Amino acid sequence: MPQRHVIKQISVFVNNEPGRLAKIARMLSEEGIDICAFNIAEASGFGVFRAIVREPDKAYQRLKERGVIVKETEVIAIPMQDRPGGLFEAAAVLGEEGINIEYGYAYSGKAGATFFIRVDDTDSAIKALLDRGMVLMQEGDL
Amino acid sequence: MDCWNKKIETLGREDIERMQLSSLKELVAKLYERSPCYHARMRDSGILPGDIRSLDDVRRLPTMTKTDLRDNYPDRLFIAEPEDIIRYHVSSGTTGKPTVVGYTRNDIENWSESLARSFSSFGLGKRDVIQVSNGYGLFSGGLGMHYGAEKLGAAVVPASTGGTKKQIDLIKDLSVTAIACTPSYLVHMAEVAEGMGLDFRNDTRMRAAILGAEPWSENMRSHIEGKMGIKAQNCYGASELSGPLFTECTEQDGIHIWGDLCLVEVVDPETGEHVGDGERGELVFTMLRREALPIIRYRIGDLSEITWEKCSCGRTHPRLQRVTGRVDDMIIIRGINVFPSQVEHVLGEIDEVTQQYMIIVESRGVMDNMAVQVELDPKAFTDDILALRAISSKVAKALQEVLNVKVDVQLMEPGSLPRFEGKAKRVMDKRVMM
Repeated sequence: MPQRHVIKQISVFVNNEPGRLAKIARMLSEEGIDICAFNIAEASGFGVFRAIVREPDKAYQRLKERGVIVKETEVIAIPMQDRPGGLFEAAAVLGEEGINIEYGYAYSGKAGATFFIRVDDTDSAIKALLDRGMVLMQEGDL
Repeated sequence: MDCWNKKIETLGREDIERMQLSSLKELVAKLYERSPCYHARMRDSGILPGDIRSLDDVRRLPTMTKTDLRDNYPDRLFIAEPEDIIRYHVSSGTTGKPTVVGYTRNDIENWSESLARSFSSFGLGKRDVIQVSNGYGLFSGGLGMHYGAEKLGAAVVPASTGGTKKQIDLIKDLSVTAIACTPSYLVHMAEVAEGMGLDFRNDTRMRAAILGAEPWSENMRSHIEGKMGIKAQNCYGASELSGPLFTECTEQDGIHIWGDLCLVEVVDPETGEHVGDGERGELVFTMLRREALPIIRYRIGDLSEITWEKCSCGRTHPRLQRVTGRVDDMIIIRGINVFPSQVEHVLGEIDEVTQQYMIIVESRGVMDNMAVQVELDPKAFTDDILALRAISSKVAKALQEVLNVKVDVQLMEPGSLPRFEGKAKRVMDKRVMM
């Protein structure tokens, strides 16, 4: 059941000017939403703020209500074992399957480090990784 | 066709021009006699009142510009007796010393008559409720619309500017059927209404908007009409000419300029010579019935064209096409003339962005650099940064094609650019002048 392994990420469009990130972060804190991990992709003049939060649906709704331009996107969370080659294995599997990794970022939580990746075909990626016996995290694990 | 003044509005061209010539002769004779300034001007140009024998002779008369009004601040150009003046409007003076326009009772009457004809030309009448959301006060927009709407016999809601939520409540509660304001304010109002959960199409009786006081495009018209389910009528005027004066009729095919009140010429902005029929140029206005402040061959700085072709609505007076720029709004970037209206037009054709924009011009070394900030359409937002960059490249490419200038495009968060309730100031020129 690949759907269980889909992690929801929220993506927000932000102007690249002082205070924009602070504004989004403040809104999330006012709504009582915990950020586990985040990443900012920057282009000329604007950026996309991406975050893994504890309650993504609630975060999405609340930001939307406050007039923020927000989208939910799907990512995959791969726990990183404390041994060399963990990331390589996952990347190699996806490469063999012809699945492209668009971007990724990591965080280090209670249960160790986790790598979040966004791929061009989430369902196939999850299936391929599980088929090769790899462990993927689920929404509740974060 | 429902006309306010059918006889006048459907006169043949020859009859209109005969009226124009007789009013012009009268006006010139009066000016020669009563205006020291204009008397001297005419002598300098070697022309006497008796030299005006045909309408063509108008081009022998000296022209006026805004500078003449400023230099003669406050009322040295007035030719009416002081006790006959019943109102003043004063321009904001953001580009220099303020200019003062005085009105006699007949001036107000002719101004209102002009608007009453215009309002009826797109179906407004005494049953309508017109909300005037142009600024009241020294600015001529609010009171001008107000008197025009009252002359028509409509009920007026003198809302003026600001307090948008309250304005929206009034539109609903008073069953307002038409609104007069700037196009950008109406767009702002639609956004606020949406936030209040109100839909203009289903929740109000609004069916028309009279929009002017800032340049706007056909794209913006379809945006407004589509979103709000109303007719968006273009309005033309200027404080020097009295205020808002003329609008389009139901056909939306040019603004009817009432020839018995106003003579409009189109000249080459460089040479001041008349351009050919139907060619674009700078508009030059003569207000044929003005009593307090005479406006004769006034070079207003707006670029457009006129046609005498009879409108499908049956009205015969000359029609003004959309103003496509201002002689003084023009920004010169690396020696190339750029008009904000061109930018607005390009943006209107790209679905992924809105028409909220700012133009920023800076010096980069010795070169000019032009940047356009434009708000992303929320529907076009994606997590894919490459797709977003493709949108800005698409906009940049389209702008460069039309303007012949390289433009840096910056996508902006929807709602983050300034909204304007009065005249939109969409150009920030930060160049260091050396």
